[in-house]
Amino acid sequence: MKTIFEKSQPGKRTLSIAACDVPEYSLPEGLLRSADAELPEVSEIELVRHYTALSKRAYGVDDGFYPLGSCTMKYNPKLNEEVAALPGFTGIHPLQCPETVQGALEAMYRLSEKLAEITGMDEVTLQPAAGAHGEYTALQLIRSYHLERGDTQRDKIIVPDSAHGTNPASATMVGYTTVNIPSGADGCVDLEALKAAVGNDTAALMLTNPNTVGIFEKDIEQIAKIVHDAGGLLYYDGANLNAIMGIIRPGDMGYDVVHLNLHKTFSTPHGGGGPGSGPVGCKKALAKYLPGPLVVKTESGYGLLDAPESSIGGVKTFYGNFLVTLRALAYIELLGREGLKESAELAVLNANYMMARLKDKFPAYSSRICMHEFVVSCEEIKKEIGVSALDFAKAMIDRRMHPPTIYFPLIVHEAMMFEPTETESKETLDWACDTMLELLEEAYRDPEAFKKHPLTTPIGRPDEVAAARKPVLIWQREN
Amino acid sequence: MSTYTPHTASDIREMLDVVGVKSLEGLYEGLEGIFARDMNLPEGKSQQEVARWFEELAARNKVFGSVFLGAGAYQRYIPPVVKSLLSRSEFVTAYTPYQAEMSQGILQAIFEFQTMITELTGMQVSNASLYDGSTALADGILMLSERKKNKVLLSEAIHPYSIEVVKTYLLPLGFEVEMIALEDGKTSLTDLEKKLSDDVFAVALAQPNFYGVIEDAAVIGEATKAAGSGYIMQVEPFAATLLKTPFDCGADIAVGEGQPLGMPLSYGGPYLGFIGAREKLTRRMQGRVVGKTQDAQGRDAYVLTLQAREQHIRREKASSSICSNQALCALTATVCMAAVGTEGMKEVARQSLSKAPTNSWR
Repeated sequence: MKTIFEKSQPGKRTLSIAACDVPEYSLPEGLLRSADAELPEVSEIELVRHYTALSKRAYGVDDGFYPLGSCTMKYNPKLNEEVAALPGFTGIHPLQCPETVQGALEAMYRLSEKLAEITGMDEVTLQPAAGAHGEYTALQLIRSYHLERGDTQRDKIIVPDSAHGTNPASATMVGYTTVNIPSGADGCVDLEALKAAVGNDTAALMLTNPNTVGIFEKDIEQIAKIVHDAGGLLYYDGANLNAIMGIIRPGDMGYDVVHLNLHKTFSTPHGGGGPGSGPVGCKKALAKYLPGPLVVKTESGYGLLDAPESSIGGVKTFYGNFLVTLRALAYIELLGREGLKESAELAVLNANYMMARLKDKFPAYSSRICMHEFVVSCEEIKKEIGVSALDFAKAMIDRRMHPPTIYFPLIVHEAMMFEPTETESKETLDWACDTMLELLEEAYRDPEAFKKHPLTTPIGRPDEVAAARKPVLIWQREN
Repeated sequence: MSTYTPHTASDIREMLDVVGVKSLEGLYEGLEGIFARDMNLPEGKSQQEVARWFEELAARNKVFGSVFLGAGAYQRYIPPVVKSLLSRSEFVTAYTPYQAEMSQGILQAIFEFQTMITELTGMQVSNASLYDGSTALADGILMLSERKKNKVLLSEAIHPYSIEVVKTYLLPLGFEVEMIALEDGKTSLTDLEKKLSDDVFAVALAQPNFYGVIEDAAVIGEATKAAGSGYIMQVEPFAATLLKTPFDCGADIAVGEGQPLGMPLSYGGPYLGFIGAREKLTRRMQGRVVGKTQDAQGRDAYVLTLQAREQHIRREKASSSICSNQALCALTATVCMAAVGTEGMKEVARQSLSKAPTNSWR
């Protein structure tokens, strides 16, 4: 499809601007740019048709099943959108005095309070913009904690080899060295490997629970003890909280600090890659390092408190992705205690149901009851007929299903990680499982033809190697 | 109690049977010991109750007809096409476009965004967005880091919150951050020259600066380059359509806050960090990048590319940990820039300039 630039013609306008009603002020020639920025010039109808056409070449949760593991692609309630669009929220400036934004401050206060309760933490900041940004913030808290205690030799972050890539990448951004420890045969933390890795240089262990193979780390209390006994802290990657929200709290498991993904667990939309929101919760001992300002309850209402003295400093301008946090609050208010718990239970039920229906043909990595997601391996299928996880993913696209996460976690070969979420019906899961089983038959019938999927999309498989070798990152007129 | 789950009681029974577990709680067998008892959360509410409660909250915020607070957040008129197109649920409810074949619309829109940012800044490459204007400045400075150089010089006239974020990002890594003093409201060339040394890898200023003053950015650029340091400018997107481009001022990187491009004030977020850079820095950029390629039949195709820089491939060696960025805000900016167009953006910039008090009251 042509780009908006190719549809541009000088003189076309969408927006008319009122004439200037003050004397024109002109800048000295020397300060001006030598040539105009060439932005598109199109009429309103052309603009609308272009981006409407692009939207039809995209696929969201509203379009169909989206079992993308580790991403929690649950339904994004329309109520949340309506709430976030209220002019009383969209029209307020971040530097208005607190007396004029009491509603906003109350919403932030209430959400922080609820998230603290759900995670078993004492304090929460809503400032981080996304999950990885939350990880980053939490690691900074950990760093400040150790340094202020004079524990200056703690420069290592331990992560299991099954961890999200963001974990070690965030550790590096804070200046830490990552120590990867091998997972046990069941995909869980190997206690012996952990014991061998911890020491007086351990700053923290980063661990998601349930872990990335969808299994609950049953030894979590022992893990916490090993890390704490070595003087380190335990960090909770909230990517997988959906399995346990309202049932089990990271704080009760021994975690000291958590980040959450409101755009996963708390139903805010992913927006094609953001804006998300990555609040960080921590125990009292870490609270004085939080970025400011923090919302506080005062005698007359709500106020903003400057960052604590030992704060790590701001990680972002202002208070976070406010409109995203409102959506999460609407979700929590609607569901309440019982609704959150039931949502987690049904997320786990949906994952186990799909796994039970698929595991004879697509071997599951673990035969245990899984949590909100499960991982199957196409390794044997690939050995037999040469069809890979990628080939299955592409074939699913032709059946109007978003593929699961593939090739993650790295410890499972030819991995496909399914996370159906609780908002999918039994009918949808049955359809998806039937489809997977049909695709398997199709693959065995004619493996070579199978590798040609997708066939029904605007493009076939793109040449990614060429894209990376000679990057074309912007549209150029001469092309 | 309301939920968004579609299961009937008989669905749940049948599914539990297939799984081989007797009850929903049975799915958590063995974990009862750490169950949270008495979690202090309220009962659920109906949609109508939640809607009304939020309307009451919103009513307790004062929305001013005109807002002159500025300082990094601006109330600009947002063309209705922006809101309308951005509410399309294919955009709103999609994930990061990992599966290119079913995500061409989002990928192409980001490609258009990257192109518009390079047009605004005069730069050669751009990415899919960063968290906001402050983190973009911090990320941009980190892109310029070089072995054996340890110091960054920041103009004192950069937004104080951006300065704070830069310090948060840089100080734990052992970098030194020093401020360049002001002279007549502008970044002082004399002070800059005094502080430039072999140890400096980045000099940063804002254009226009926090006080609304237009910097002699090309002069600062020349001195910076002569001393062998990288140069980064934080720019305002509308002003960028009038002022000499960062590229022409000698900058290696231009970053900025994209909020004025169609995003409402929203009490500070979500906003948009953008970045443009010289081509030589392409592989040092953080975050998602969209590139154009072809499929087997020779059709144009857009993909997430240069992923070897990213966390899910490189892990601890990645250029950053960014995963989710501000994609929908980037799309907002794209539609907004297309709606306002080159001439429109220049006109908005000219009127903003003419209406700034010190210019209109002289």
